[in-house]
Amino acid sequence: MTRFAIEAEGLRKRYGDTHALAGFDLAVAEGTVCGLLGPNGAGKTTAVRILSTLLLPDGGTARVAGFDVVGDPAQVRYRIGLAGQQTSVDEILTGRENLRMWARLFRLGPREAKRRTDELLEWFGLAGAADKRVKHYSGGMRRRLDLAASFILAPRVLFLDEPTTGLDPRSRTEVWRAVRDLVAQGTTVLLTTQYLDEADRLAHQIAVLDAGMVIADGSPSRLKSMIGGDQIDVVVRDAADLPSAARIIARVADASPEIDPDAARVTAPVKDPLEAITVTARELRDAGLQVEDLTLRRPTLDEVFLSLTGRGAGADGDRPAAEKGMVRP
Amino acid sequence: MSMPIAPAIPTTPAERLRWALSDAWVVSGRELIHWVRNPVVILNTLLFPLIMVLLFGYVFGSAMRVAGGGDYREFLMPGMFGQTMVFGVISTVYVVAANAARGVTDRFRSMPVSSFGVLMGRVIADMLTSTLDLVILMLCGLLVGWRAHHGLGSALAAAGLLLLLRFALVWVGICMGLRLTPEGAGAAWMPLFPLTLLANTFVSPELMPAWLRIIAEWNPLSATVQACRELFGSPGLSGGSWAAEHAIELAIGWPLLITVIFLPLSIRRYRRLNR
Repeated sequence: MTRFAIEAEGLRKRYGDTHALAGFDLAVAEGTVCGLLGPNGAGKTTAVRILSTLLLPDGGTARVAGFDVVGDPAQVRYRIGLAGQQTSVDEILTGRENLRMWARLFRLGPREAKRRTDELLEWFGLAGAADKRVKHYSGGMRRRLDLAASFILAPRVLFLDEPTTGLDPRSRTEVWRAVRDLVAQGTTVLLTTQYLDEADRLAHQIAVLDAGMVIADGSPSRLKSMIGGDQIDVVVRDAADLPSAARIIARVADASPEIDPDAARVTAPVKDPLEAITVTARELRDAGLQVEDLTLRRPTLDEVFLSLTGRGAGADGDRPAAEKGMVRP
Repeated sequence: MSMPIAPAIPTTPAERLRWALSDAWVVSGRELIHWVRNPVVILNTLLFPLIMVLLFGYVFGSAMRVAGGGDYREFLMPGMFGQTMVFGVISTVYVVAANAARGVTDRFRSMPVSSFGVLMGRVIADMLTSTLDLVILMLCGLLVGWRAHHGLGSALAAAGLLLLLRFALVWVGICMGLRLTPEGAGAAWMPLFPLTLLANTFVSPELMPAWLRIIAEWNPLSATVQACRELFGSPGLSGGSWAAEHAIELAIGWPLLITVIFLPLSIRRYRRLNR
């Protein structure tokens, strides 16, 4: 039987006339990563704040690491870590002083706090900068220190609210590595993100949140298959060839092909991927079209998101960024 | 990697208190490191009182007279002590608001840390820095001719009353800080500044119009300042009204009343922060 580290049923939270959460249900199995995805204002942060005992729900119930977040917050707090949208590390203190302070607040004795601090600094690759003040740290180092702080007691459940927002690609990779390491040790992670590729890479389970409710929930591949199977993409060198390319693809496609003139690309869903790519490749060559790219792929999470909510993850039609899977708020 | 094991959650009140005190100790340590490593704050602490003493003592002081006669600077210094205690609230409000805005407060609240302990840590840090403020200001006072005429015991009692006022106001500051943004906190001096002037700090209430005199005499700050003047043996004691005659009682009563109201409010607000 699957054991759940996070179980939420019918969580509701209202601010004035706004329903931040309107019946939020979620179950996350122990030792897995769940990505909470949704446009701004969908209720992601509210959900994390309720589950991490920072905020009381107006209704519904939630258990985290086996304890009720409303009835037994102290027990929950011993078993969770939280890294919020802002890094809560202290700029004036050094990395070592930061960790030691948090360790003492988790009631580790002085010797144990020192041992754990050294261990975490080493493990998060911060040993070299341990005695520098945090204001001299890079963004990625701060996030890692913040993660280290939320990992002092090796939490059963770790909440990460947009852990890589505003980080450069290298720092994002560093944070991802740290998260994967934590999961390998048995921690359950609930991660909110606006970056679809982040959820795609890290999460075993993705819950799509819209207007305070989970509107889709499942593995990334299941979500992708919800809006259909494989897609074929053809990019031609000359946009004038687009109609001919579309005619060729239409013969193998499951639905009428979509043409994106700016990218000189034709896209269509296909039923039999192998047949589709073989036939398309042959016919494109026979027709003498100059082809830049011919690929077979599953839909991106952004396309899933678009089809589920009727708008992109950025909620403001931020297409170019969305196509790269990096939607900024 | 060996995982640390957290101690069991305390069940008895005595254990809970011990944990709250240990949390307070850790949190105040952090606040004091901030204070020590921030040269601008230290400079402020040293320079502001000196400038105020020179400004009020000599620039305004030359044109001031003390009701009942006496040296204006001797009259002024207890007022300056009181005003400094009130202005300390500004830094409390600012630091509390900044910690909340930066997610530090959220992290504390998501940890099994005693809420009373976290807030007490703030109080301890503020009380220590305020004590230092007061010592520096008293040294400035000695330089410009202020004296404690009734001996060390009375002087210490006066310092105790000043710090008692500061203690009460820390809770007001925490309460405000938890409601304001750091930008909003920067404006906290605006209501405070007139409040420190609508008192006996710089001018004897006897010299004010009757309606203003009533406000000035019942201002909690006036009670503390009047009590200090009594204990220091400074000139310019106000007289006549009940408030002026019972300054020491009021200088204890007002802060206790403020604390009784704002301490529970602060803890409640901290636990229920829902920004």
